[in-house]
Amino acid sequence: MGQLDLRAVTKSFGQTDVIKGVDLSVADGEFCVFVGPSGCGKSTLLRIIAGLEDATSGDILIDGRRVNATAPADREISMVFQSYALYPHLTVRDNMALGLRQSGAPRATIDERVANASRMLSLEPLLARRPSELSGGQRQRVAIGRAIVRTPKLFLFDEPLSNLDAALRVHTRIEIARLHRELAATMIYVTHDQVEAMTLADKIVVLNAGRIEQVGAPMQLYNDPANTFVAGFIGSPQMNLLAAGPLGQPGKTLGIRPEHLELDREAGAFPGAISHVEHLGGETNVYVRTDTHGLLTVRRFGEHRFAVDETVHLTPDPARVFHFDEDGRRLRP
Amino acid sequence: MTGARASLPRMLAAHGVLLLYTIIALFPVFVIVVNAFKSRRAIFSEPLALPTPATWDLVGFRTVLQQGDFLLYFQNSLIVTVASLACVLLFGAMAAFALSEYRFRGNMLMGLYLALGIMIPIRLGTVAILQLMVASGLVNTLLALILVYTAQGLPLAVFILSEFMKSVSDDLKNAGRIDGLSEYTIFFRLVLPLVRPAMATVAVFTMIPIWNDLWFPLILAPAETTKTVTLGAQVFIGQFVTNWNAVLAALSLAILPVLVLYLIFSRQLIRGITAGAVK
Repeated sequence: MGQLDLRAVTKSFGQTDVIKGVDLSVADGEFCVFVGPSGCGKSTLLRIIAGLEDATSGDILIDGRRVNATAPADREISMVFQSYALYPHLTVRDNMALGLRQSGAPRATIDERVANASRMLSLEPLLARRPSELSGGQRQRVAIGRAIVRTPKLFLFDEPLSNLDAALRVHTRIEIARLHRELAATMIYVTHDQVEAMTLADKIVVLNAGRIEQVGAPMQLYNDPANTFVAGFIGSPQMNLLAAGPLGQPGKTLGIRPEHLELDREAGAFPGAISHVEHLGGETNVYVRTDTHGLLTVRRFGEHRFAVDETVHLTPDPARVFHFDEDGRRLRP
Repeated sequence: MTGARASLPRMLAAHGVLLLYTIIALFPVFVIVVNAFKSRRAIFSEPLALPTPATWDLVGFRTVLQQGDFLLYFQNSLIVTVASLACVLLFGAMAAFALSEYRFRGNMLMGLYLALGIMIPIRLGTVAILQLMVASGLVNTLLALILVYTAQGLPLAVFILSEFMKSVSDDLKNAGRIDGLSEYTIFFRLVLPLVRPAMATVAVFTMIPIWNDLWFPLILAPAETTKTVTLGAQVFIGQFVTNWNAVLAALSLAILPVLVLYLIFSRQLIRGITAGAVK
């Protein structure tokens, strides 16, 4: 079991309000990702759930039990940190066993759970080593192992992949997704990387300036963003925001994803000049300067040749455009 | 010896400066140690000469060792230094941990208050300290010296250690909290080992003034049973006659223990630094 409920949670440091009222419910077994730009309060929210920070007001419930005044160790959670945070003076085995030892678990249980976790993460050859003798990827696997051994109700991940290089990041991401399937545990994962959010999550929570902007499944956020912030944050490259007026469309701004913007040399809705082209092999990103809408991004699949300063014409796919009002809220037809 | 980052003249200049400084710093020590092994006449006729078979004389050391209580003085000095050092490091580190780790009202002010002692010499309070010790019956005890030296060493310890404690990863402490470690365990097992180089620095800076101090032993503990080495050496300095052989021998001996302690701490210092650099 691992059901989490946040009710009107706020957090202030002195005069600064960091979390401005968050209501959220995460179901048992769900993989929930908090995503948002730096300083949006996502890490603070995670620390409040962990009990490392006290909420200024509001309730935190784990399995229906209010845990506001419960110490982190008694909340039946475990946490994986960005900087791994392994105990430098302990071996891998002792790093994993420490939490259980502190809670007074019998030796046989500890040994069994450490063995299980190290098998899942292929850590067996490393058990006798100290953290200083491990590579970054190995350290993060040990940190994840330490979390598994506790068999918590909630797994909390605080940007666990940020310190790894690109290849290792993809690998560890897949590893975490596999663990989630095998353990069927509730996981809460903080990241600023929307690719991690899209690939891992059952449910994404988009945070901005201490508030939830939108909650939903990855594809729901992609296909049905509630406002310009979510529209801009989810999807890479970013969604283009065009002025609606000159195109004769309702609302203030018009959102269209780079992959839904047609590019043609002959004719289209409005003209522009190519300012830069990025060739990624599988796809080509074309940056087009326009007079009315500023710099726009067009994403085309496959390889395409364009010259800088070449004049082209752009046409948004009418079925894929989003309309937003003056405050950035979505106008639904 | 000419490479991308070293040129011969520059290296010579650097070594020259360092060598000059070493000579200036070691000269008084050299004079003391050299003359401790010479006869009285030789000390005065040629103070800078090395001892020769003709001038070799251990009379100073004999006087010091026969003059009864010099071993006791050494013991007193060691007890006072080691105990004060332990108190300064323990309480200084604890205060520094609290200041750097916990957010509470008046945190900044408390930090300033604890560091104020760096700027105000403790000797200004000698009269009040003496009255305090008389009132509490601690005059002529080693405890009086230990208490005063602990107070004297704490400000610098708190100041240096709190800066270092701030650099210890928050994640590590939080990982400990989630694993159910108590704040004391987090402090002793996780944080202290990581600030060991800073502890060694503080230990060296704290230890040497305590060992060399003459002022407080003279005022607070001048009794025969509580004399420290520096005070003990004073018995050979008279108003009219000074037994230079004995004074120099006593001072030479007094260098040894502090040298040993320094070597221990500086090893820690180096080990701490390299442990972080080569991962």
